[in-house]
Amino acid sequence: MNDFIRDSLDHCVKCTICESYCPVSQVTPLFPGPKYVGPQAERYRGTDASPDKSVDYCSGCGICTQVCPQDVKIAEINSRARAKLWEQRGVPLRNQLIARPTVIGRLGTPVAPVANWALHNRAVRGVVESVIGIHRDAPMPSFAGTTFQKRSRRHHGPADAPAVVYFHGCGTNYYEPRVGEMVVAVLEHSGFRVIVPEQDCCGLPLQSNGNFPAARTYVRRLVDRLAPHARAGLPIVSNSTSCGLMLKREAHEILGIDDEDLKVVSGSMYDLCEFLLRQHERGELRTDFESLPLTVPYHAPCQQRGHGIGKPALDLLALVPDLHMIELDVDCCGIAGTYGLKKEKYEISMAVGKRLFSDITATGSDIAACDSETCRWQIAHGAAVTAVHPIELLYRGYGLDRRRPITAGVSAQPAAVNG
Amino acid sequence: MSYDTVVVGAGLAGLVAALRLTEQGQRVLVVARGVGATHLAPATIDVLGYVGETRVESPAAALPALLAGSPDHPYRHLSAERLAAGLAWFGTHAGTLGYTGSVDENVLLPTAIGVPKPSAFVPRTMAGGDLRAGGRFVFVGFKGFKDFHPALLADNLARARLPAPVTARALVLEPPASPRGDLSGRVVAGRFDTDGLGDWLIGALDKRTDPDEIIGVPAVLGLRDADATWHALETGLERKVFEVATLPPSVPGIRLFDALTQQLRERGTSIVLGVRAAGARVKDGRIEAVDVSNATGPVSHPTGAVVLASGGFASGGLELDSFGVTRETVFDLPLVGVSGSERVRFAAGYFDDQPLARAGVATDDRLRPVGPDGHPVYANLHAAGAILGGAVPWKEKSGTGISVATGYAAAEAILAPNAQPVPEAVR
Repeated sequence: MNDFIRDSLDHCVKCTICESYCPVSQVTPLFPGPKYVGPQAERYRGTDASPDKSVDYCSGCGICTQVCPQDVKIAEINSRARAKLWEQRGVPLRNQLIARPTVIGRLGTPVAPVANWALHNRAVRGVVESVIGIHRDAPMPSFAGTTFQKRSRRHHGPADAPAVVYFHGCGTNYYEPRVGEMVVAVLEHSGFRVIVPEQDCCGLPLQSNGNFPAARTYVRRLVDRLAPHARAGLPIVSNSTSCGLMLKREAHEILGIDDEDLKVVSGSMYDLCEFLLRQHERGELRTDFESLPLTVPYHAPCQQRGHGIGKPALDLLALVPDLHMIELDVDCCGIAGTYGLKKEKYEISMAVGKRLFSDITATGSDIAACDSETCRWQIAHGAAVTAVHPIELLYRGYGLDRRRPITAGVSAQPAAVNG
Repeated sequence: MSYDTVVVGAGLAGLVAALRLTEQGQRVLVVARGVGATHLAPATIDVLGYVGETRVESPAAALPALLAGSPDHPYRHLSAERLAAGLAWFGTHAGTLGYTGSVDENVLLPTAIGVPKPSAFVPRTMAGGDLRAGGRFVFVGFKGFKDFHPALLADNLARARLPAPVTARALVLEPPASPRGDLSGRVVAGRFDTDGLGDWLIGALDKRTDPDEIIGVPAVLGLRDADATWHALETGLERKVFEVATLPPSVPGIRLFDALTQQLRERGTSIVLGVRAAGARVKDGRIEAVDVSNATGPVSHPTGAVVLASGGFASGGLELDSFGVTRETVFDLPLVGVSGSERVRFAAGYFDDQPLARAGVATDDRLRPVGPDGHPVYANLHAAGAILGGAVPWKEKSGTGISVATGYAAAEAILAPNAQPVPEAVR
């Protein structure tokens, strides 16, 4: 395994900049902070797991690595240390379950009405909390019933146009196929043919829950499916910022996968907004936008920031007349993928998100934009607004909501936990 | 994406340059490996505190003496008027930090370990700590807050060389409902913002301090509303209250970073952290584009001008390798103050005049890095902050002054490319 991750700890000068940004250590003493748990504790770990479990309280948001001026891979060190911890102690059943969105998706989709009822029923959630350890109030999306994969098979786009490959991720497939439809609509509007390969989970939830072997299996399977397209020179776009980052960087840096297929896929990966902005810079993005008189706060999720591409969503949405975006300055919403679902971490996750929620509320808008799906569910839950992917605003800005209405229902926002 | 200017570095110099350029209508991109030294420094603007071993009372008056001893100092390219212009602009762009002071006069503020430190511009929450007039001081610590020890401060201050008599005592308070374990400054500041610790502090200090005592509290009065909290303390107690900078992380430094970046964001400037500027595309002696490495590799950003504010050794703008070779890490610029290929020699004592401390880039009066022939390496590349050679900021107490003044001057040079170079008025 490549060890530039661990070796980077020697660059730590103990400046505490990561400590001043860590959203978790600011709200709980259970996590002593990225510097202590990362570069400092790592010196003592050697081949053994951490003697204490505090590393499990790292949410993996990655802000520490982004702000570190010395290029210490703090979050990555912590991610590996967590995997080592669970490797020795055994990954708990709960973490095994919530880390497999495709399994949950396949189970829930055929029985969506029943599953959705159960997911949002207080009594059921209470039982789930005490038996499995998923917090009763944690935000849960609703199964759409028909997957995006299935919908995309029915769709026939333009036959002879430049092709782009769409990696939609599990969130879009099982819970928000409407987002996928909007992605396809916008890409086709800009003159692309959209290829939707068969695809599975990228392994990120397994990685962040410390099951590296299973994560590697998933990401390799996904890479196998994407690599032929990448080798053909096609760009691959993803509207899931964290899954896209997995393919861009984390599969190599954290899971240590080092092969040509992954390299070619990494090199072809674009975040959706990054790709559209690139098209715009080339003068190849249609700009026939209509007026969209809305004021929308925008949260760039922590994983989006990890791409190092700035905030292309804001550059794109600036093209839509009368759309006023408010850039929020909060690093993390707290959910961090599956972190905030866990019984023992839900309160931490909500405390982390508190400032984001209140900043959104302060704008007075009933809609907020954010690139990452789990963050949108957390924002909808914490700030009581409709949270949309920026593509939805572009889609509406193009007037496609009238000309090309989506088929996948009106809203995939998590319903309030009722009854 | 193409920009009018790409700024490399998100420390004080880079942010000042970026904000000045943005304010003047430029489209600016800020890229940095991470957050800069704002979070480590107390947010005071120290223009010039010492020339040799002599404490400076007026930076403007002491400039000639500084330049006589350090002829390659970055200040040689700035007159006292230009210094003052940059600092005045900064004072109106620092949000609620509300700087007070001037280049004509240093105040003396106590550090966290009780050393009197000269500064020209200070946030108004700190200004009340000026030791020059003397007085009865009480320093307040919070139980569990590990980065501020009032007894140490008071003890050292009693032994310091000061222009007027100062007495100092220590007081430790326990904030209500403190979480167990060590508290960081950031956590305590957060509690001032959200848990109303300010009201508690007024009550706690009212009976434990005398009306003529000047109260020094650690600079953790909040991240968002520190100014209001400080004001409430002064009016509630009817006593002079001031913040003392703590060990890092520096809460006032974070406030300053937040104030500058918030203005940049409001003006649509993109600040990208965790990426590395790694070279340039050059044509006819100009940088046409800067290469920025993100998660998948380098992306080229066409630009009209570049500000290099990547910092010195501590921030990775300069690098000394194990063979003794020093290099500038972004554009591989020629350096001054380095010993070439020879093995670097260090002076014997840690606090001695270390030759390498002055390493950095040399510039022309427009702050463009120059080669050995004195000509600009690139016509549109300007440097600011700790990457500039010729200074020993930690000894001179000039680091933040250099950053603000050269950040502003670099922006001015870009905004008025055809203006006559300013004569070296103070040399």
